[in-house]
Amino acid sequence: MAEQKKGGHLKNLTNGLLKENPVLRLVLGTCPTMAVTTMAANGLGMGIAATVVLIGSNLVISLLRNFIPKQVRIPAYITVIAGFVTMVQLIVKAFAPDLDKALGIFLPLIVVNCIILGRAEMFASKHGPLDSVLDGLGMGVGFTVVLVIMGSIREIIGSGTWFGIALTADLITPMGIMKLAPGGFFLFGCLMALANVITTRKTGKPAVGKMDGCAGCAGCANKEICGEVEKKEEGENR
Amino acid sequence: MNTQTIENKLIVSSSPHLRDKRTTSSVMRDVVIALIPAIVASGILFGTKALILIAACIVSCVGFEYLWNLLMKKQQTVGDFTAVITGILLAFNLPATLPIWMAVIGCFVAIVVVKQLFGGLGQNFVNPAIGGRIVLALSFTSAMTAYPNAFYFKAGVQTMASATPLVSIKNMFANGTWEKLPSNLNLFLGNQPGVLGETCALALIVGGVYLVVRRVINPIIPLSFIGTVFALTAVAGANPLQQILSGGVMLGAIFMATDYSTSPMTNGGKLIFGIGCGLITVLIRLFGSSAEGVSYSIILMNILSPQIDRLTRHRVFGGGK
Repeated sequence: MAEQKKGGHLKNLTNGLLKENPVLRLVLGTCPTMAVTTMAANGLGMGIAATVVLIGSNLVISLLRNFIPKQVRIPAYITVIAGFVTMVQLIVKAFAPDLDKALGIFLPLIVVNCIILGRAEMFASKHGPLDSVLDGLGMGVGFTVVLVIMGSIREIIGSGTWFGIALTADLITPMGIMKLAPGGFFLFGCLMALANVITTRKTGKPAVGKMDGCAGCAGCANKEICGEVEKKEEGENR
Repeated sequence: MNTQTIENKLIVSSSPHLRDKRTTSSVMRDVVIALIPAIVASGILFGTKALILIAACIVSCVGFEYLWNLLMKKQQTVGDFTAVITGILLAFNLPATLPIWMAVIGCFVAIVVVKQLFGGLGQNFVNPAIGGRIVLALSFTSAMTAYPNAFYFKAGVQTMASATPLVSIKNMFANGTWEKLPSNLNLFLGNQPGVLGETCALALIVGGVYLVVRRVINPIIPLSFIGTVFALTAVAGANPLQQILSGGVMLGAIFMATDYSTSPMTNGGKLIFGIGCGLITVLIRLFGSSAEGVSYSIILMNILSPQIDRLTRHRVFGGGK
């Protein structure tokens, strides 16, 4: 897992864009994705905020990776992430109060965003600072791009506007369902299918079935419940 | 020589061994025939606009199915009449004044999203027509709830519905007043505001009886559905006859809840399914934020159908406990 592949630096950056896209391929961070993508601007704001936190926390956790005891690593990660989230939240509150109002609880909830925790566990704790920053940037951009695409489609179809600009001129009634959760899930499914088709076509391998994107149980939220195999492996390694 | 002749007489094949002459298309043709009285009734009650809407829905449903099969290089299935039925049933769930382009979107959702994306005929997890209706109802709420009165086209100006029995039962629950309602006879014949296919109970019942006689549908689901609504609204203090004759209960119970692929297989399961539909319908009518709950009740029970089937599965003979 921790082996550095050839051409690694660039690969760490591009992995998050499509091949290991956090939302569409690793299926992390679904909750903020569903909640904030009713408007394109909200998606963009959420994506940028998460990216900043991701880069910062990846860097710090990577630097501290040899000092954090394995037994208390999750609380340590959360503390680091919470520090960055607080900074971002205060900045957003000061300079973009509308965005702060629109994102609501989902801005402070970046603390427990599984993309950030997942990357800390899966990547930053096992790689050097440069790779971790690149990984954080790639994952963050991948997250942001998906949020903006989803937000754009939902806003255009659901409200007839794009970044607040009216498009339909009241000629067509917008489809309100796209603003609601069902429309979000429909779109989410369609985009996931699209990402699967694209990655399958590129590699020629079936996208489902081989989980080389996610490092087994390590970054999974259900680790404690289903991570029996992982525990055994850890025991052998010691 | 002898063994040769015996072998020729023995047919070795996997199950099923009992086959019926009926095919998907012959069963579905029966359903189309059963829908004809209601189509005629909607034409009489809501005028040519209703018939145009029905035609548009049939054409676009069949068209979407044809195009999907063409694009996905699948065997062409438009000949089995199921897309025609989806089109008619979806049109029956729309008010006559709905713009055609909205109806076409509904057909797209019904055929492509609900039916084909999940694997086509028999694989859809909810009734396609109801899926299409709910997407439209959530998307274009004002257009979907602007119910025209029956014979509105004769009045010159569009007279919109003021109080349907469904709205007034909620009002009665909220503040204890009854608004003036159409008489039971008017409700039975369809002289009431509503969507195309639901108003004329007479035509729907005629179609339902035809389906039961032809053994296309099992009467358990419609009877338990309508019976539950009747009993519960009677307990709640409303006029139960009015409640089963208004709104979508008849249409839903006879034609939508009995869809083969989304209702349970066993008789016990069908009973649970029908009672569940009736219960959810009454709960939404009394306490929900929308006036009508038939489509939501059916879609929720559709989703529960596999679980009901598992609960009521027959024990296999000799299979142990």
